[in-house]
Amino acid sequence: MSLDQNEISKLARLARISVADSETEELSQRIGDILNMVDVMQAVDTKNVVAMANPHDAVQRLRADIVTEDDQREHFQAIAPKTEDGLYLVPQVIE
Amino acid sequence: MPNHTVADILRGLEAKTFSSAEITQQYLDAIVAHDPRYNSYITVTADAALTQARNADQARQNGTGGLLCGVPIAHKDIFCTEGVRTSCASKMLDNFIAPYNATVVSNMAQAGAVTLGKTNMDEFAMGSSNETSFYGAVRNPWNTDCVPGGSSGGSAAAIAAGLAPAATGTDTGGSIRQPAALCGLTGLKPSYGRVSRYGMIAFASSLDQAGPMAKTAEDNALLLQAMAGFDPLDSTSMQQAVPDYVGGLNKDLKGLKIGVPKEYFSEGLDPAIGAAVESALDEYRKLGAEIKAISLPHTHLAVPCYYIIAPAEASANLSRFDGVRYGYRCENPRDLDDLYTRTRAEGFGAEVKRRILIGTYALSSGFYDAYYRKAQQIRRLIKQDFDEAFKEVDMIAGPTTPNPAFALGEKVSDPLTMYLEDIYTIAVNLAGLPAISLPVGFTQGKPIGLQLIGRDFDEASLLAAAHQYQQRSDWHSHVAPGSV
Repeated sequence: MSLDQNEISKLARLARISVADSETEELSQRIGDILNMVDVMQAVDTKNVVAMANPHDAVQRLRADIVTEDDQREHFQAIAPKTEDGLYLVPQVIE
Repeated sequence: MPNHTVADILRGLEAKTFSSAEITQQYLDAIVAHDPRYNSYITVTADAALTQARNADQARQNGTGGLLCGVPIAHKDIFCTEGVRTSCASKMLDNFIAPYNATVVSNMAQAGAVTLGKTNMDEFAMGSSNETSFYGAVRNPWNTDCVPGGSSGGSAAAIAAGLAPAATGTDTGGSIRQPAALCGLTGLKPSYGRVSRYGMIAFASSLDQAGPMAKTAEDNALLLQAMAGFDPLDSTSMQQAVPDYVGGLNKDLKGLKIGVPKEYFSEGLDPAIGAAVESALDEYRKLGAEIKAISLPHTHLAVPCYYIIAPAEASANLSRFDGVRYGYRCENPRDLDDLYTRTRAEGFGAEVKRRILIGTYALSSGFYDAYYRKAQQIRRLIKQDFDEAFKEVDMIAGPTTPNPAFALGEKVSDPLTMYLEDIYTIAVNLAGLPAISLPVGFTQGKPIGLQLIGRDFDEASLLAAAHQYQQRSDWHSHVAPGSV
């Protein structure tokens, strides 16, 4: 099994990673190899098996809905690529 | 100084044979002189280390020092360290100065440990050879033409080379145990939820665990004692009492039932490794353990299951790297989409991108049930294999890896053969169990690891079993030819 160019483009789009045309063939081959390797799972009967998301079957612990964090905006924005007046700057989105 | 264990250093500090400032300086000097050969550190924090060491000396004098007071250690560069670059060995985070400490880093500091620096690793912990690092490959001190294993390869090489007595690592599919095996060390992956993941850069959140790496089981016990414990900042941290690991090291092994899965001795295992594991099992018989053949019938599904679940979780976790809030941002983005897609294309290395794309595929509409849900169902079958086995035995033993350290470049171009190096370690992460790797021999001058797998939250028994083997063997005290 290997993925065609359209499938690779779709994945790249979903993952927000640009993929050059020159990389497509190798990626398709590599991803295809992995999909072939995992294919052995399809032969296993898992009809009544409950999917396992956490090895202890633990559920997310919740806390009281109260503010516990201080405002650290300046501290955290000090490492941002581009900020202005406390806002993160990105290229213009709306004309 | 060379090849001190953590316990040796604690004895030396207590006896005032040397101060923390002195021993820290010796390690820092050794790193400058010898690390260019191994590339085991990404960042060395010399000034901070000496300040911490002087504070530790003061605390010890005042009688207020913690368990590891004054002991220099290294942290894998996956743990956020406030004010210090925390790169995860990626170009994406080459400029990332962590604004807070991981709980593991705080806990170790609280215990008085001194941080020498941040160790090299596979990019975002994705790899088994430490060759995917943005900062270049790490070399194995036992044979510098070989890899140290991965992803905690820098931590392993630093210890084996005598450039740190111990270090932290993380293990998602074998990333503590496999490099420990390949570098002749003892390394423990604790039970999922035993050690906080807060501030540990996430790869696959339902599999990732932090743990200790050192020369001996005793040192692992000391480090785990400082690292472990419930943390309200990690929503998957488990509320489990932390036992006295060091105090439990001599717990009698008489009557201990050790299961040996036949699937771990199948085709693909280097015969020399099989033989070394068999001799180690003989030693356990002499210690009073009973060895029993068992079966873990879904073993062959562990690697396929992992290579859906881990990339799926990685694709979600790594979506945070978008060039907006921190880390790498591409030059002159045309628009927001270009900012995202080019930042991620330029900031991530090939293996990371491959895994994000696989994970995206497994989670995408139309494929979710066939891949992700299927893998989660298989995961339960794998866990049930262990549950069944632990009705019959107290511990499971086998090789840590099918092969000893392989040559640099040998497997990097063929990810599938690389993935198979983790064939014995991966199921343990899927099941959330604790496991330890300890040295039990050599083949062609390269170390061999024995893996012991325990019941949920029973790290204490693994440490005791490893410690008592090390009282009767000296594999753990062999010194790598390249060591300081």
